[in-house]
Amino acid sequence: MGEVMILTGNYSAAYAAKAARVQVVAAYPITPQTSIVEKIAELIERGEMKCEYVRVESEHSAMAACIGASAAGARAFTATSAHGLAYMHEMLHWAAGARLPIVMAVINRAMGPPWNIWPDHIDSLSQRDTGWIQFYVESNQEFFDTIIQAYRVAEDPEVRMPAMVCGDGFLLSHTYQPVHVLSEKEVEEYLPPYEPPFDISDVDNPVTHGNIVLAEAVGTQVGYMEYRYLMQVGMLKAKDKIKKAADDFKRMFGRYHGALVEEYRTNDAEVVMVSMGTLAAQAKYVVDMLREQGYQVGSVKLRVYRPFPYEDFIRIGRRVKVLVVVDRNASYGYCGISAADIAAALYGEKNPPLIMNFIVGIGGRDVTPDMQAELFMRAFKALEEEKEGFICEWVGLKGD
Amino acid sequence: MSAQRYPLEEYFYPGNASCPGCGATMALRWVLKALGKKSIMVVPACCTSVFMGLYPKSAIGIPVLNIAFAAAAAAASGIVAALKARGKDATVLVWAGDGGTVDIGIQALSGAAERQTDFIYICYDNEAYMNTGIQRSGATPYGAITTTTPILGKREHKKNMPRIMIAHDIPYVATATSGYPHDLFRKVKKAKEKRGATRYIHILAPCPPGWRFDSKLTVKISRLAVRTGMWVLYEVEDGKFRLTGPSKALLDPEKRLPVEEYLKLQGRFSHLTREDIEEIQRWVDRQWELISKMVSKE
Repeated sequence: MGEVMILTGNYSAAYAAKAARVQVVAAYPITPQTSIVEKIAELIERGEMKCEYVRVESEHSAMAACIGASAAGARAFTATSAHGLAYMHEMLHWAAGARLPIVMAVINRAMGPPWNIWPDHIDSLSQRDTGWIQFYVESNQEFFDTIIQAYRVAEDPEVRMPAMVCGDGFLLSHTYQPVHVLSEKEVEEYLPPYEPPFDISDVDNPVTHGNIVLAEAVGTQVGYMEYRYLMQVGMLKAKDKIKKAADDFKRMFGRYHGALVEEYRTNDAEVVMVSMGTLAAQAKYVVDMLREQGYQVGSVKLRVYRPFPYEDFIRIGRRVKVLVVVDRNASYGYCGISAADIAAALYGEKNPPLIMNFIVGIGGRDVTPDMQAELFMRAFKALEEEKEGFICEWVGLKGD
Repeated sequence: MSAQRYPLEEYFYPGNASCPGCGATMALRWVLKALGKKSIMVVPACCTSVFMGLYPKSAIGIPVLNIAFAAAAAAASGIVAALKARGKDATVLVWAGDGGTVDIGIQALSGAAERQTDFIYICYDNEAYMNTGIQRSGATPYGAITTTTPILGKREHKKNMPRIMIAHDIPYVATATSGYPHDLFRKVKKAKEKRGATRYIHILAPCPPGWRFDSKLTVKISRLAVRTGMWVLYEVEDGKFRLTGPSKALLDPEKRLPVEEYLKLQGRFSHLTREDIEEIQRWVDRQWELISKMVSKE
């Protein structure tokens, strides 16, 4: 089934858009995402991909065009990074508020100033509260497979929320790996054609979308707050849909990358490292290394950040003594962004694990297996010292 | 002038929430009559987002997509792409105010026009951010009092958006105003027929509360804008410039009424000094020098 190609993460995302039979792409270049939309342009101009391509003049317009296309009943796709994603921010809220199942590839990159084009999760985590489903992937194969899964989840009538699939800049975007590429035909049964619940191009049934709704419910008409609550309902429903999308994908194509989280050797683990993206791939390697030395360690890949899998963390938190939460980002004035959410999930637990939050790899600073192993060792030391609660620390700082 | 047939069908309904004497809604009614049923409308933040009515009601009889302020032309580009991808056909209209066109929306509009997106973009220009309560925009004329130019009035002249759109080499650019609906209707019809690329119409839409005049004077003020030469009616079709309506007779400065005739009816200009009025008259004369060059090129 399909064929194995040697692809960068970016090309993998482009072939996923093709396999998903995307009908409209609106895109603008930004490093390190650019080769996604270059490859799509090439596939279209070669006649290998049937799709309308809108070469917009900004990312704000890229998302606006995806919104217009999706509202007019087309399956829409775009890709961006860092400043491009930040520039889209207003339209991210609009896409989610309009319940349009747009899927976007985000290649994670640091924000300027100073200019820095290397991996960092601050760009997409800053969009956490826009109402987008967020996936973080660890390999080019997972990137390909998850973009297809993301459409299935986003377009589900009980979900109807947009989704971003995030991959680390350069570490995935520009790194070649073998990828099992599915064809449009192979994906069709898993991902049927998009059936829009409303269609702005239906001139025989004219409707006005997005006009004013008041705060208070009037008569039989609900207010603005109810529409926002329905987004919450859709997002919570997405949890089961994500699990089912992953299970069905496994059944049909034989590959599985986890549901909301992916656990690795956590069953008897005393210390578990939680991380996102490529850091999670490397964490598995480190876990194997330490297991050989007799340490009871495991890894949790935080695969879906919104909706947030707090149930998984409560469950895992009851089994382990230390959660080492590694964040390639920081919320200035507090701690790592994912650590804050994980700590909140464990509030009220009788014997919560120690949470050690380490800020690493900012702006593409190298995170080596040795460094991750050292963080595990720090956790065992803290256990010996019977530390409790929450610790946050920036790791690997140089200079005074 | 040959008899023009006007459709009886209405796509902009009474009971909408516009102000009495609103020049924008007068124009919108004629625009939608000219475009007809098989049309889709995109509306960024502007007075229309409010006067179309509260959900679940709408005063507009064709599909409408409301969109964020800067995003109208881009969202419409997406609709045009989706129609093509799905093998469907309809006229796509952007209906935006002057702020959403000449200021915050100009980037998306310029991009869409450069791509020759197959849509009609209409700016209804009430010469300030009226929906937020009369703040200065790039389209506000010299001297006008707004809430962000509250004492002195605006000290810069109006941005000439139609000329910017002409520079995009699109097949149709026209100006119009609420007080000459037949001229407007004919231009919208022409824009509708010129499929395959971007068409742009800029409508001067007098605003009684924003310009501070009695709501019964909308048509009179709209026409005075033309008669004084403050607003010029023309069209540029496939690069060919042509004055239309009463503007045809105004190339000779002697034929134009003094700008004061237009200014004196509006509270926003009531503080103007003699020097201010002379400055506005000089600006009008300069505009007409440019117009005469465009006419003589033909």
